[in-house]
Amino acid sequence: MNLSNRAPIVRIVRRESILNWHGWLIRFVGLFLALIVSAIVIYSVVRLNPIKIYAAMFEGNFGSVNRMWVTLRDMMMLLCIGLGLAPAFKMRFWNIGAEGQILAGGIAAAAVMIYFGNSLPTWMLLSISLVASCLAGAIWGGIPAVFKARFGTNEVLFTLMMNYVAIQLTSYFVAVWENPFGSNTVGIINQQTKAGWFPAILDQKYLLNIIIVMTLTVLMYIYLRYSKQGYEISVVGESERTARYIGINVNNTIIRTMMISGAICGLAGYIAVAGASHTISTNTAGGSGFTAIIVAWLAKFNPFVMIFVAALLVFMEKGSIQIASQFNLNDYVSQMITGIILFFILGSEFFTQYRLIFRSGKEVN
Amino acid sequence: MPSLKKAICMQDITKTFGSVVANDQVCLDINTNEILALLGENGSGKTTLMNVLSGIYFPDSGHVLVDGKEVTIRSPKDAYNLGIGMIHQHFKLVDVLTVAENIILGMPGKGRLDMKVVNKKIRKISTMYGFDIDPEQKIYSMTVSQKQTVEIVKVLYRGAEILILDEPTAVLTPQETEKLFKVLRNMRNDGKAIVIITHKLREVEEISDRVEVLHRGKHVGGMMTKDTNASEMTNMMVGRSISLNIERPEPKDPKPRIMVKGLTVKDKDGIAKLTDVSFTANSGEVLGIAGISNSGQKELLESIVGLQPFESGDILYIDPKTGEEINLGNKGSREISSLGVMLSFVPEDRLGMGLVGNMDLTNNMMLRSFRRGKSVFTDRKAPRRLAHQVVKKLQVNTPGLTTPVRRLSGGNVQKVLVGREISSSPTVLMTAYAVRGLDINSSYTIYDLINEQKQMGVAVIFVGEDLDVLLELCDQILVLCSGKVSGIIPGKGADKHEVGMMMTKLKKENKHEPVK
Repeated sequence: MNLSNRAPIVRIVRRESILNWHGWLIRFVGLFLALIVSAIVIYSVVRLNPIKIYAAMFEGNFGSVNRMWVTLRDMMMLLCIGLGLAPAFKMRFWNIGAEGQILAGGIAAAAVMIYFGNSLPTWMLLSISLVASCLAGAIWGGIPAVFKARFGTNEVLFTLMMNYVAIQLTSYFVAVWENPFGSNTVGIINQQTKAGWFPAILDQKYLLNIIIVMTLTVLMYIYLRYSKQGYEISVVGESERTARYIGINVNNTIIRTMMISGAICGLAGYIAVAGASHTISTNTAGGSGFTAIIVAWLAKFNPFVMIFVAALLVFMEKGSIQIASQFNLNDYVSQMITGIILFFILGSEFFTQYRLIFRSGKEVN
Repeated sequence: MPSLKKAICMQDITKTFGSVVANDQVCLDINTNEILALLGENGSGKTTLMNVLSGIYFPDSGHVLVDGKEVTIRSPKDAYNLGIGMIHQHFKLVDVLTVAENIILGMPGKGRLDMKVVNKKIRKISTMYGFDIDPEQKIYSMTVSQKQTVEIVKVLYRGAEILILDEPTAVLTPQETEKLFKVLRNMRNDGKAIVIITHKLREVEEISDRVEVLHRGKHVGGMMTKDTNASEMTNMMVGRSISLNIERPEPKDPKPRIMVKGLTVKDKDGIAKLTDVSFTANSGEVLGIAGISNSGQKELLESIVGLQPFESGDILYIDPKTGEEINLGNKGSREISSLGVMLSFVPEDRLGMGLVGNMDLTNNMMLRSFRRGKSVFTDRKAPRRLAHQVVKKLQVNTPGLTTPVRRLSGGNVQKVLVGREISSSPTVLMTAYAVRGLDINSSYTIYDLINEQKQMGVAVIFVGEDLDVLLELCDQILVLCSGKVSGIIPGKGADKHEVGMMMTKLKKENKHEPVK
């Protein structure tokens, strides 16, 4: 009797190793398949030409110079938060509280702009609000870390709850800084003087955002990969017992790393307030604190890969707004596409690590 | 003796994991009324072969015949239905359930569950083969050997005719091993087919009727146990002749290096793990620590290196250069090393504590040294050089320095860990179960390294489980029993049975105390 007839139909076998280009080929095929499946879904659901939909999405991102800069600005924002989350997640500290840390940073930046806007020179205003935002974010991220280190509290619940506290705090400050009276918003801060706003560089008002975040990307890459603290983060993340065994102070590492994580998220809040919207509201973080978790994880905490992931997610989001208005659809279509693309990208990660053997003896690579 | 019947016939079994061939066209017969010893070094494919039989792995090619009929075993359930049951090294029991509940767990049954019937059946099996087991006892209150008994009864309860035991004696004391062998013989005489996977030759000689040897995934031969001897089996197993004697060089100028006085450790529930432990570890000597598992060995070593806070007692370190006494009591491990005290520690849990499984060799070498220097950046050159040296000197079998250590086999993992620990030229070297799960070749490499350190004047503390090794390697043997020292005896001329008795002595005294 032939064994192959009785074997399971499909078996999953771990790959010993994979060539770099081979892995990327798999991911590329995954993306391509995702676009095809999305096209089929689009056509069968809304009876529109999928090519036109894709074109509209591209249009929504890069249709004009202004749009392109906005796309870049939002990409940088998402990337910045992802960079903040990376060290925490690498340490296996589930920081779900980026939203709150962004708001804490945003409040600090807005406060500096409002209270010192007319009395300090621009460079000093910018530096003070930078420091204040980072500090506020660091405190917001540090509190759950201290509790985790001292009392063993669960950081998922703690950081999540801190988000709601931050939202309430923001509502309070919105009420305090309400302008004009009765609008229930802060309005554009320092609209006339533009005090504390990011200055335009080479006539581009968002260039500074890009410079800050790209610098941070490089620094984070170096920090995680080459610094002693980065090494400690990986050891604590992989095995706390090993960390204790070699004399790493695990509690201190947790607190320090979370303060760094919070500080960078706070910095994102600073960029959002001083460099983009020039106002603060409970929507300043707008869910990107959660989206950025995907950015950090999909890139496996590699800051350079995070650039691409952030770009993809922002592209999808901008595209969705465009197709919503252009074809009179709601943005669910785009969310479906995003879902399909993420599904295929995550799926292709599986195929970079495993291969399938079918009963017929064929191997799928 | 009843006549033998071929119960299982495995033909040309091949199983590969990635590029590693674990089983290469292996043929094996298993007979009823017979105890078969499956012998081989670590990584020789014994466990893989048996996992194929018990439905955990599916072979790439080959046939399995049960009672002469070809069968396909896709899952452990298929194996059970064919009467094949495996007792794994790591027990799979639910602590808070009773013996009977664990045994029937996962079995199909009718609407009403009658535990009385179950208990009765368990008792019947127990008396039949001579097990000592109470169906209503909870697992958490049991010793390792009792848990193993539960696993065996579980398999029998499900009607297994073919029992596979994966290194069953690894966790047992000599007395417990005796007991296990007795029930195995009872089962054999009842017509069961029994396979034990082992690499202890002494046990092969004692228990088995037939022995089959695997070497690097290939079946290299088999014979009746009575027709062979230890040196022949060793030759087949390792492919070349190896002296079975472990060296024990004479200690040179031993001087106290570590003095432990009245050490008492309690766990977080306030239960004493170590009570009033005192001893001295001398330079240039190997101090062996014997004891059944969980007698406080872990707490003892971790107290010395500063990972375990303790209630009372003193741990003194005598500096070999100045003769100065340094109290290590309740100092953290970083503080200890900042005092210039070079303690090396090879913990029991290699990948979970001593190394980081997902990191490569270089990064693992860096664990000890990464703090060196004032720079905020890590120095990778020195660890890479060290990794290179360790690989070369200890013949670590690895595809490269960038391979994650979890991909290496047990012996190679241990070589990496020991290599790193002795590279810092320690004055005290502590090892916990340094050769557990290692094949003969790797074990001897470790013994040689320990002796090398000993001759360099290092005080070695060797926590072991194999009494033969402890008796041959160590200059002094400290026997722990339930966290107390039940004796310190010289290694030379020590009697194995005496040590075994010392290991269990206190246990018997406590037997009549009420259970907590």
